[in-house]
Amino acid sequence: MIGPAHIRATLTGIAIAALAVAGGISTASAQTVKIGLINSYSGFLAQAGDQMQKGIDLYVKEHEKDLPPGVKIEIIKRDDAAAPEVGKRVAQELITRDHVQLLVGVVGSPIAAAVAPLTQEAKVPLVITNAAGAAIPRISPYLVRVSFTLWQQAYPLGQWAAKQNWKTAYTAVSDFIPGHDAEGAFTKGWSDAGLKMLGAVRFPTTNPDFAPFVQRIKDAKPDVAFIWPPAGEQATSVLKAVRDLGLRQAGINIVSTQDLVPDEELPNMGDVAVGLVTAGTYSSAADRPANKAFLAAWNKEYAGKAIPDFLSVDGWDGMSAVFDLIKQTKGKFTGDEAIKFLTNWKTANSPRGPISVDPATRDIVQNVYMRKAEMKDGKLANVEFDTIPNVKDPWKEQNPPK
Amino acid sequence: MGDLLSAAISIAFHGLALAMVLYLISVGLSVTMGLMGFVNLAHGAFAMAGGYGLTTLMGRLHLPFGLALVGAIVIVVLASFVLERLLYRRLYGGDELDQVLMTMGLIFMTVGAATYFWGPVAQPIHPPDLISGQIHLGSRDFPAYRSFLILCGVVLVTGLWLGLERTRFGAQVRAAVDNLRMAQSIGINTSRLFALTFALGSGLAALGGALGADFLPIVPGYALGNLVYFLIVVAVGGLGSIRGPFVAALLIGTADTAFKYIAPELGAFFIYALTMAILLWRPRGLFGHA
Repeated sequence: MIGPAHIRATLTGIAIAALAVAGGISTASAQTVKIGLINSYSGFLAQAGDQMQKGIDLYVKEHEKDLPPGVKIEIIKRDDAAAPEVGKRVAQELITRDHVQLLVGVVGSPIAAAVAPLTQEAKVPLVITNAAGAAIPRISPYLVRVSFTLWQQAYPLGQWAAKQNWKTAYTAVSDFIPGHDAEGAFTKGWSDAGLKMLGAVRFPTTNPDFAPFVQRIKDAKPDVAFIWPPAGEQATSVLKAVRDLGLRQAGINIVSTQDLVPDEELPNMGDVAVGLVTAGTYSSAADRPANKAFLAAWNKEYAGKAIPDFLSVDGWDGMSAVFDLIKQTKGKFTGDEAIKFLTNWKTANSPRGPISVDPATRDIVQNVYMRKAEMKDGKLANVEFDTIPNVKDPWKEQNPPK
Repeated sequence: MGDLLSAAISIAFHGLALAMVLYLISVGLSVTMGLMGFVNLAHGAFAMAGGYGLTTLMGRLHLPFGLALVGAIVIVVLASFVLERLLYRRLYGGDELDQVLMTMGLIFMTVGAATYFWGPVAQPIHPPDLISGQIHLGSRDFPAYRSFLILCGVVLVTGLWLGLERTRFGAQVRAAVDNLRMAQSIGINTSRLFALTFALGSGLAALGGALGADFLPIVPGYALGNLVYFLIVVAVGGLGSIRGPFVAALLIGTADTAFKYIAPELGAFFIYALTMAILLWRPRGLFGHA
């Protein structure tokens, strides 16, 4: 079909290509590195977006002085409103109008999937600092992820649960990409041990009351329930329903990834969260020196206003990779040079512990921690009790590219 | 069989609690839309303001729950007087599209303002010990706060019905709605009357938003995110009625909960299917005037 939309798409493609060439020339003399930041400042992911933004801002503030002499960084922020079509539009504007050399950010997986093809067309890399859908880096060779995948956490969690003398399991997840990933990963880890699933339920992404779904779990009487909502207001609402229906008093163990008990919400969650076991990549209660340093910087800036969580640290680490790239190249790089550097990026000093990008998949390799919510220094915290070192995304290992 | 009965009781109870939250917030919208003929889409913003008022007064000023609740309602009512004089009044009896545009604009302003002052994180709410925890009834436990919500809903519907059907104020409002010029000519001060009615609607919204904060989290996008629920309750119940939204909230709250329980894959759509079916059958809602 050839219509106005088709013609417009072609023109846009030409425009992007032309500007990418122009951008390549202009970087040769530019001393200001332009970075496009795509984040959810509004919409249902706004809370997560704010946590991520704080981590990004903090890294820039702390490390701007470390940039090579004469090199400046300009971050252009755009709101994707937690909607894929908006995310795609702002990415296009950042590339064609603002001529950014690099894109950073993206909270939601559907948004990352919408932005991904543009990065390939324009050869502008995107450093993903949250969006966790396992398959996303395969969409475009210009994507690098420094956050995590749900498989990375939920699969080892399923294996851990299978060793706890529990016989039956049930899953309840939010009905969108990461929820499906979490469900599949936990189920695989659990079922590989020959154990039984009693059922699975998916709840809508916008939902006022979780009581009916929690009641289903209660009726099924599993030994363990894996519950996955996106971090934020939904996590709090789910746990309220768990409390109101007395799920844990009924003898049902609840496990999840870090999304159910984000560090900033945990102190408000109260008794219902005490003792919850989760798999995660970051806890603000961790004792690593790099985390202590991160927390010191954080508290200087946000003490009393915010508590960092995994999103903040993912944002922090994303900027750490970007800064390393700028230092290495003195701010002069093409998209291909940037992606080559980022694909081999690693640091021993993330607040999460040692992390690296796997050159084969462009996805992150990191420790996964088993944590339990308990009192630490008078506050409820996710206290790490076991470490699974250097976990690659299990989904990509089990589903090699065709 | 015992398990089945137990699950049925649980679903009925939680459905009822959801229904009461929907009613507490929506009845105010029914009052302004039905009695004053004003399409106030920003109604949820008043509910959100009530929620922020409650959590802020409790969290930052450490007021007790009851006092903070009253304080939040008073603040919202006072603010609504100002807004009514400055903004809403200009559009009384005007084009509905103008009303919709203005109130949608108000919603977007509240989203920005709430993000600026409170940030995007949901506000924590801590009900007093008396109404948190569980109530033992027979061999079962019921969550105390949800029981408290149900009680509030019942008290409110009775009070409102008596207030609007049995008092002089209620009679004046109904007269002004039916025939504005006649009401004016027999000496009713309709300007004052509408200001009071609008304040009543806003106060009810604040009450609902504050009490329902444990259910519908207080976040900047509140007015937009929950708008569809409020509109459904009002549309199904019928404009201008006090009983209508009550019956509609009961129907939608319990049916929504039950269907999400029975068929979770389809449960999220059921509420919309039910709304369409009812509106096809009775376009003016269950208790709407022809």
